[in-house]
Amino acid sequence: MDALIPPLLNGTAQGALLLLAALGLSLTFGQMGVINMAHGEFLMAGAFVAYLTQQFISASDISIPVAIPLAFLVAGLLGLLLEVSIIQWMYRRPLDTLLVTVGVSLILQQVALQIFPAQGVPVEKPRWLDGQLSILGYGWPLRQVFTIVLAGVCVAALAAWLKYTSFGRRIRATVQNRDLAETAGISTRSIDRITFFVGSGLAGVAGVAASLIGGTNSQMGAQYIIPAFLVVVAGGIGQIKGTIIAAWVVGLAMAYFADWTTGSLAQVLAFILVVAFLQVRPQGLFTVRTRGLA
Amino acid sequence: MTKLKPWLSLIGIGVFAVILLAVAPSLLSTHWINNLGKYCAWAIVAVGIGLAWGRGGMLVMGQGVFFGLGAYAMAMHLTLETAGPDKIPTFMILYDPLAPIPAFWEPFRSEAFTLLAIVLFPIIVALVLGFALFKRKVKGAYFAILSQALTVALAVLISSTIRETGGDTGLSNFKYFFGFVLNDDSNKLMLYLIAAGLLIVCLLVVWQLYRSRFGELLLATRDAEERVRFLGYDPSNIKLVAYVIAAVMASVGGALFVPIVGIITPAEIGASASILMIAGVALGGRASLFGPALGAMAIGWGQSSLASSWPGGWIYILGLLFIVVTLFLPKGLSSLFGKVVSIIRRSRRDTSPPLPPSPAAASAPPAPNSVPTPEEVRT
Amino acid sequence: MTVVDGSLVVTDLHVEFSGFVAVDGVSFDAHPGEVRFLIGPNGAGKTTCIDAITGLSRGTGSAKLGGIELLRRPVHKIVRLGVGRTFQTASVFDELSVLQNLDIAAGLHRSPLALFRIRRGVDPSIERALEETGLSDERDTIAGVLSHGQKQWLEIAMLLVQDAKVLLLDEPVAGMSQDERTSTGELLGRIAVNRTVVVVEHDMDFMRRFATRVTVLHQGRVLSEGSVAEVQADPRVQAVYLGTAGAHTTEAASAIN
Repeated sequence: MDALIPPLLNGTAQGALLLLAALGLSLTFGQMGVINMAHGEFLMAGAFVAYLTQQFISASDISIPVAIPLAFLVAGLLGLLLEVSIIQWMYRRPLDTLLVTVGVSLILQQVALQIFPAQGVPVEKPRWLDGQLSILGYGWPLRQVFTIVLAGVCVAALAAWLKYTSFGRRIRATVQNRDLAETAGISTRSIDRITFFVGSGLAGVAGVAASLIGGTNSQMGAQYIIPAFLVVVAGGIGQIKGTIIAAWVVGLAMAYFADWTTGSLAQVLAFILVVAFLQVRPQGLFTVRTRGLA
Repeated sequence: MTKLKPWLSLIGIGVFAVILLAVAPSLLSTHWINNLGKYCAWAIVAVGIGLAWGRGGMLVMGQGVFFGLGAYAMAMHLTLETAGPDKIPTFMILYDPLAPIPAFWEPFRSEAFTLLAIVLFPIIVALVLGFALFKRKVKGAYFAILSQALTVALAVLISSTIRETGGDTGLSNFKYFFGFVLNDDSNKLMLYLIAAGLLIVCLLVVWQLYRSRFGELLLATRDAEERVRFLGYDPSNIKLVAYVIAAVMASVGGALFVPIVGIITPAEIGASASILMIAGVALGGRASLFGPALGAMAIGWGQSSLASSWPGGWIYILGLLFIVVTLFLPKGLSSLFGKVVSIIRRSRRDTSPPLPPSPAAASAPPAPNSVPTPEEVRT
Repeated sequence: MTVVDGSLVVTDLHVEFSGFVAVDGVSFDAHPGEVRFLIGPNGAGKTTCIDAITGLSRGTGSAKLGGIELLRRPVHKIVRLGVGRTFQTASVFDELSVLQNLDIAAGLHRSPLALFRIRRGVDPSIERALEETGLSDERDTIAGVLSHGQKQWLEIAMLLVQDAKVLLLDEPVAGMSQDERTSTGELLGRIAVNRTVVVVEHDMDFMRRFATRVTVLHQGRVLSEGSVAEVQADPRVQAVYLGTAGAHTTEAASAIN
């Protein structure tokens, strides 16, 4: 029983990080049929924002909370820039957007490499994240708890925004029936821009959380993009509920696999798990046809 | 003109063969012959991608898996050949002097087994993966991402198994190739000729496939998959055949890459390498006959010459290539060639007497080149 | 498995989508030699019946071709048993020529290995199909360039070449000119001689001129059946098409959409 607890907690934290990374992807893919392979680089941008904030506000206790909204903004603006310049001509063309954003991701990685040292930059953890939470005899690192809380807050905020605000209503309308929404007077173009902004911003927030784990460098986006996509595919495109469940399951799976075998075999096994799941349910956990986003 | 088209392509392949096999060796130094051989290996992979993606509509972002299968099979054999009969490879001894060689290495001492593995392993993996995905109608972007996930997983796996596969440093320092000494100019030429020759063979295979009924079916599957069912065919079987052939080509490319370049590491099979392979095909024109091969060779040349002298710049060029080609030239450079031809033909037609209008209200003239317009590929 | 008798017998077909019953116990039969019409207002379930028979939708009940059950088989297997269908929007392969389209369709009966060879010459069955549908002159035309009517004929020709025993045609004359309709009707009469032809249609005039027997569907059920005269005289049919039952029909139609 003891051996089962640490991966449970680890895996939930991993899942939470994956969820943050995958949320934005699910939104943009579900709403606009756009696949953004540069999403990982938006995450990376968020992580670098955390680093840069720390350069200006040396007290890590303050810099990280400040970095979170800042990263949201920076990553969101990057996303908006991408949407306005390139993506807006490519809606409903997932394969084309995939290829284009591969190019964007290469460029963004290279830019990061020019600005920051290749081996990465250190981001210091706030002191209030030092220490552990004692759960069932296991010392759960506070940093992991923080990631989970952060993810939970973001999901709740997103769900509330979608459900209770007029923006949210318009987004849901556009996802469910774009043409009808247009005729009802909704400017789908600005809805798309807002969605892309929010989705990319969420990646930035994920980046701050990821920076606390370590390894903030130009390659970190590449590490998260594939697992994030697997989560989106398994959860069902554009389905927050599905993304949450899928992220948690994949996070747990990777943690348990890593515990039983080795870290790298865990990735292979997680991949096999997703493919096997898709055998049973090729459309993912939930589909847009049954329910809306919330 | 349509009757003549395939024979023109065949002549093109012939010209290409002459250039590669006769002209190049007489003009280029050994260093450049070696490089050209590397480009040929990549071009072989690209030809397969052209079949699967250009004609079959399957964006195979993870050919690195099959490239890796062939490459590592060859590399293991060459490592064992270099070590000597019944000897343990040096890197393993350095890592752990007392441990015996991992069991799965032993069969690769045999030349026959290695050659068989290079062909058979990709077939098996492609069959399993293709069956699992195509039967479930997983296609388009989902398929692309899953295929990349697999190649990343494989690269990560190899990275971490240092004693079994050489890990990140990979396998290198090969001295022999099937009995031939590698560090010998005439043998390097031979290797190049093998690579170039196999590239020509692959082009011929694909030429025949495109002309055949299977080629038409593949196009039909790419453009209207569900409609193909109503012809009595299961489109997943059609795609499976194309996918398996592409996998074998990638594996052969990988196997040739190893003795020519002299090293194989997970970096050559991971996400970036697989993306490079796609870039060449996109640049050249994925649905055309020569586009993928020529595009891959261009990218290969760019990689060789620029990546070392101007690495940052090369990445920017690659990134811009994806953006520009996808936005403005989705059918690749070969479509430019087609456009030029049609402009010439149209200007010639304008000077000849007008033809009587056809009964069918034609909205557009029939496509002049044999490259069909790939529709927006959908998920 | 080869089908000897080309009769299509549908018994108690039932198709449901997430609780909405689109087809509620429809039975009809069609035999070689007759041009069988399936008519009814929008939303009556005609296309859904065809979808269920051809395997696109899941249905319960029975649909037998020459005694062989079709339901719950995969689409391409049903096609191989000899069922052919056309679609409301003619779906031919726009990038290929008429001849290539027909050749692909004819491939049904070739062995898989033959696929890797190139087409040599023209199959006699393809020549016959071209003649029957009047497309001989268009054999090298790219299908995407054909007129709407010609595309429909090409679709039918493909079914002929596939050696379909039963042809299910979904609104084959929609969008055609009067002359084209006449040609199509005559074509149907010719091909029905050895095959079973079932036509789903709205056009009453076309039905009157070319139907042998008619089944009228309404809200997923069979309303009436018989010859054209019998069906036209049926007061229930008149009510549906002319007056009182109209309100229910629009309700059903909007529920489906």
